[in-house]
Amino acid sequence: MRISVSVDGTVYEDDVEPRTLLVHWLRQGIGKVGTVVGCDTSNCGACTVLLDGRSVKSCSVLAVQADGSTVTTIQGLSTGEEWHPVQTAFKECHGLQCGYCTPGMVMSTVDLLSENPSPSEAEIREGLEGNLCRCTGYHNIVKSVAYAAELMGGGSR
Amino acid sequence: MIPVAFDYVRPTSVDEAVAALVAGGEDAKVLAGGQSLMPVLRLRMAAPSVVVDCSRIDEIRGIREEGDAIVIGAGTTHHAVMSSALVQQHLSLLAKATASVADPQIRHRGTLGGALAHADPAGDQPAAAAALDASFTIAGPGGRRTVGASDFFVDYFTTAVGPDEVLVDVRLPKRTGWGAHYEKFNRTAQAWAIVGVAATVRMDGGRIAEARIGLTNVAPTPVRARSVEAALVGAGDAAAIAAAAQSAADGTSPTSDQHADAEYRQHLARVLTARAVQKAAGL
Repeated sequence: MRISVSVDGTVYEDDVEPRTLLVHWLRQGIGKVGTVVGCDTSNCGACTVLLDGRSVKSCSVLAVQADGSTVTTIQGLSTGEEWHPVQTAFKECHGLQCGYCTPGMVMSTVDLLSENPSPSEAEIREGLEGNLCRCTGYHNIVKSVAYAAELMGGGSR
Repeated sequence: MIPVAFDYVRPTSVDEAVAALVAGGEDAKVLAGGQSLMPVLRLRMAAPSVVVDCSRIDEIRGIREEGDAIVIGAGTTHHAVMSSALVQQHLSLLAKATASVADPQIRHRGTLGGALAHADPAGDQPAAAAALDASFTIAGPGGRRTVGASDFFVDYFTTAVGPDEVLVDVRLPKRTGWGAHYEKFNRTAQAWAIVGVAATVRMDGGRIAEARIGLTNVAPTPVRARSVEAALVGAGDAAAIAAAAQSAADGTSPTSDQHADAEYRQHLARVLTARAVQKAAGL
């Protein structure tokens, strides 16, 4: 089936099998390998991208379902040399260990802060409940989100 | 894993969706938000010949007020339901039960109608829908019909929606001003309820005047705890609520699994009912 999807600012037209998962199309179809496959069971959130501005697990969406939509991956966050403040915050607060969950954590954080610019610690933890870190480095991840909120002018309560 | 190959159709009206299901026969499957279907497809536990994607049907999306009721299109996402001012004001039990579903990413895609039609006994909204006396509009080749909650949920993962039918909307009588709470006992890592209790109460002079209680995962279908509802009338303190909650497990038939045995689930039903009602009543 023919699809047309805007990914990170570029419109891609492609023929895909209906069974193709969005994450597989992003990685193998158009080379957006910044988005990773983690658990393949809808649990871990490593494959999180923004679909029309909202966080989704791209292993749980068909590529054909994204037809006509706008997708933002981790590779579309920075503008030129300038990092997105959430990326900066994760670096400054060391919000990653092995880094595998990071693309998903960052994308979920972008979504969380767009809805709630000043989250409490509990709201941060709840907002990231769809993302698992097998290094269990949650403490610094939560600190990163709070710092990102600060960088973006909201601040954490 | 990668799902088995299937044909894909994307209707833009309910009539087109029904026609696609009729044409697809027994192996056709409705895709709503896909948050229950996609994992099953990936595991190849389902291998439909055709997937009918109902996510682009405008007429089954949205939340509206109709007199004494709120009508929610089956394709409305969990996120839209729990964020809706109408739902929060008139059906706070549904808002709270929906907020406990899965995680933000899944709530952005998953739909109320999809979750109800999927009828997972561990799902949170069936019990809330039962407690809220929901009725369901179902469209099929013969036209549309309305089914009440007691007839809608038939068995494990089975509802009154036939293989060639589509759930159109859910109608819920307003419970404006009622207190509500959804009390869920679950593993931290996964949001499925081991047991859940959906409670909503109308208070009058510091006492419970009316109560509606739905139980999650203590039977193949959601259970209305009607004896508890009757016993709660007039309750004005925690002790009276706890006494009324003692009959919460009556009429339940829970299964035993790796999370809890049947007897423990019945114990949870009593304990969680007391907690849910106390919180709903503010007592």
